[in-house]
Amino acid sequence: MSISKKIVDDLVANDVSFITTVPCKQLAGVIEEVEERDEIFHIPANKEDEGMGLCAGAWMGGKRPAIIMQNTAIGVTINTLATLTQFYRMPLPMLISYRGELREPVACQVEMAVHTKALLNQLNIPTYHFHKESDADELDAILKYTFMCNKPVAILTDASFWGGYGDQ
Amino acid sequence: MIRSEILREIAPIIRDQLVVCNIGLPSQELHMIDDQPTNFYMLGTMGLSSSIGLGLALSQDKTVISIDGDGSVLTNLGTLPTIANNVADNYILLIIDNGSYGSTGDQPTYAGMKTSLTAVAKACGCENVVECQDVDTGKVLQAALDSKKMTIIVSKCDSGNIKLPVITKDPVVIRDRFMTAVAS
Repeated sequence: MSISKKIVDDLVANDVSFITTVPCKQLAGVIEEVEERDEIFHIPANKEDEGMGLCAGAWMGGKRPAIIMQNTAIGVTINTLATLTQFYRMPLPMLISYRGELREPVACQVEMAVHTKALLNQLNIPTYHFHKESDADELDAILKYTFMCNKPVAILTDASFWGGYGDQ
Repeated sequence: MIRSEILREIAPIIRDQLVVCNIGLPSQELHMIDDQPTNFYMLGTMGLSSSIGLGLALSQDKTVISIDGDGSVLTNLGTLPTIANNVADNYILLIIDNGSYGSTGDQPTYAGMKTSLTAVAKACGCENVVECQDVDTGKVLQAALDSKKMTIIVSKCDSGNIKLPVITKDPVVIRDRFMTAVAS
């Protein structure tokens, strides 16, 4: 089974049925899988804070939401995470491509990578780092944890997890 | 008319609907005029009223009205293509367009200058976009509710504020009360 399919299977098994995405090359496979599933309403967002607003509304409407985005989005969404998701105590699994880690070909991506964990830590957001494919075995438990505690939770998935960027 | 006068006029129309209300003075005014469990007051996060309302409308069947401002829509302009391409006929976006950032001291917005949010919404692909004058807002809103079609209303009004207290309700209480109303 492909890792993208396994991830989306876990989301569906946990009744996540409203997913907003802002694309990243690393996330292309998982976004394609999300789009294909009948159980999921997929709504692409133009910016990640907009996506978090959509997720807040969906959750208040009775659906379990998730957002799929790049780690650069942490810079975009700090205010939304603090004043909407956390202030109103809402759950939000964030599946995040962790650009700028080992095997990254684009230097500028490293500039946000070095801040990513520090920012998440500063926000007291529970953070999990998927480096090897077997790390995804914890996704089911992470999703259950997110909807148990009504908090945003970050799942950082780096290039090694996704199998790198091919020949460089 | 200024925003608070419009809210006073439409209060009986929106009382039984789910309302997501914009940060700052709009929420404070609605809270003072007609506090209802069906109102979700935004205490922060400028710009996301339309997004929260759309997510809510797409996730359940009751009608949702997002009350937004021209400044807040400008801050989250990406919302309009998302709304246009994800039609929810139980969704109404009411933009109270007074051409200014009311909560921060009435600084002018570009919507009060060359930019028409009505034209922007149409260009983004929104199908039912109605621009009206402040005095007609109630009538236009009722027509939008009756049509059962997703509608964007741009209500052009005067800039100006009334003095009133901040909302001191706990956000989790606001949210829980609202979710109970949504689910009832």
